[in-house]
Amino acid sequence: MALSKRKRAEYFRYSQYALLVVIVVVIAFLADWEQIRTAFFNFKTMGEMFPNVITVALKNTLIYTALGFAFGLALGLVLALMKLSSIAPYRWIATVYIEFFRGVPALLVFIGLAFGVPLAFQIQFDIYSTVMLALGIVGAAYMAETIRAGIQAVPKGQVEAARSLGMSQGRAMITIVIPQAFRIILPPLTNELILLTKDSSLIYIIGLARDQYELTKFGRETLSRSPSLTPILVVGLCYLIITLPLGYLSRYLERRSGGKKVSVL
Amino acid sequence: MSDISVEITGLKKSFGSLDVLKGIDVTVNRGDVVCIIGPSGSGKSTLLRCVNLLEEPNDGKIVVNGVELTNPDVDIDLARTKIGMVFQSFNLFAHLNVLANLTVAQRKVLKRSEKEAQEIALRNLDRVGLKEKANSMPAQLSGGQQQRVAIARALSMDPDVMLFDEPTSALDPELVGDVLGVMRQLADEGMTMLVVTHEMQFAREVADKVIFMDGGYIVEEGPAAEVIGDPQEARTQEFLARVLDPTHHGPSDPA
Repeated sequence: MALSKRKRAEYFRYSQYALLVVIVVVIAFLADWEQIRTAFFNFKTMGEMFPNVITVALKNTLIYTALGFAFGLALGLVLALMKLSSIAPYRWIATVYIEFFRGVPALLVFIGLAFGVPLAFQIQFDIYSTVMLALGIVGAAYMAETIRAGIQAVPKGQVEAARSLGMSQGRAMITIVIPQAFRIILPPLTNELILLTKDSSLIYIIGLARDQYELTKFGRETLSRSPSLTPILVVGLCYLIITLPLGYLSRYLERRSGGKKVSVL
Repeated sequence: MSDISVEITGLKKSFGSLDVLKGIDVTVNRGDVVCIIGPSGSGKSTLLRCVNLLEEPNDGKIVVNGVELTNPDVDIDLARTKIGMVFQSFNLFAHLNVLANLTVAQRKVLKRSEKEAQEIALRNLDRVGLKEKANSMPAQLSGGQQQRVAIARALSMDPDVMLFDEPTSALDPELVGDVLGVMRQLADEGMTMLVVTHEMQFAREVADKVIFMDGGYIVEEGPAAEVIGDPQEARTQEFLARVLDPTHHGPSDPA
């Protein structure tokens, strides 16, 4: 039987759909629906989690993330400028910093800051400082490269025009280059914010008071007193409440900037 | 003040092993328009960019309005406020609207008040015929309009001398006239201008002096009628023949 090329492609497509349907049906039959219902949809537990999961945990996750992001952005900008500096040691320091903190797990940075630094320097951070520093230090390593790429994506003529009008190097950077760079890198920075939102969960390894719980800690705590896995589902959904809009925002900003891509490495 | 606006002596500039300027002497009198012509790669843009030290010369002396820019102790940022520059690619600040493009340096560098800066900006926009575009973004303007805004931006600093680096080379042919018209008007008002251009008609009509450059040297200079109308040097003759009558020549030989 001789099927034309186009016919073959058409049947192939149908067979793919059929395969997907089969997989879904098999999974649906294999799953223990009663077990799933009791494990993840315990409405009593859900009820007990409200309103604290929103008023305490979600709120704290937002605060921790915002603090970390703000500090990370500032530090990332400094590192990006160091990386572009004409002074070689600045470039070395920035490179070592970025490579190091991009290369180690964020969890280790949290442990180091929460337990190592107080031990070594006899200082005690409060919870907000710890989370701000830890998230910021990790986030800065990623953001620095993004910001550097953004600064380099601003056409050279912009600096020349600024300098020809009598602006100093620094003035041109602040007034002309950096504002344009941030427009270019808004989409990747939004992605970084999503990553930091999730990384804020690592604070769980520090002892937290009840009103300092963020989503993951709150979920784990509820889990230990709960007959089901429902808290995990609830906090998972809470993370999505934060991250899905950010994801849409990122894609929207990317479309608006004409899909101009910035190479980060 | 002396009658000399720009004085360049023994200027040399190289990029790596490539010698672009091999000893240039130029004098521009106050109120004069000097046009620099020549084939691409002849060093004319580099020469212009040396005048406000966007390119750092390797050797030689540049004096603009009595200030020796090549002296390392000179405040180059201050000196540049008196030297306006217009680029081939306009280089308007893409994130600022037209008015802000004209006021940002007045405010941040000259420390003028918002009100004064805006008044000066609007006056200069009016000069280039674009007052109604004050609130437009650069991307909304045609190339010719962008270049006129760029001229107004430079004028807003009250420069003593204006540098034009091929100001019409990136424009569609029908927009060239608007920009040249503004430049002609500036010349008539007595602005000292140093213009790198391929517009021979403009050079012939407006320039007090024309400089022909080739291979990093000044080959010929003098009144427009002489350099363009009756060139003496073989290289000038050949270049002008190509530019003025491009269809009657074969492709240039590979050398």
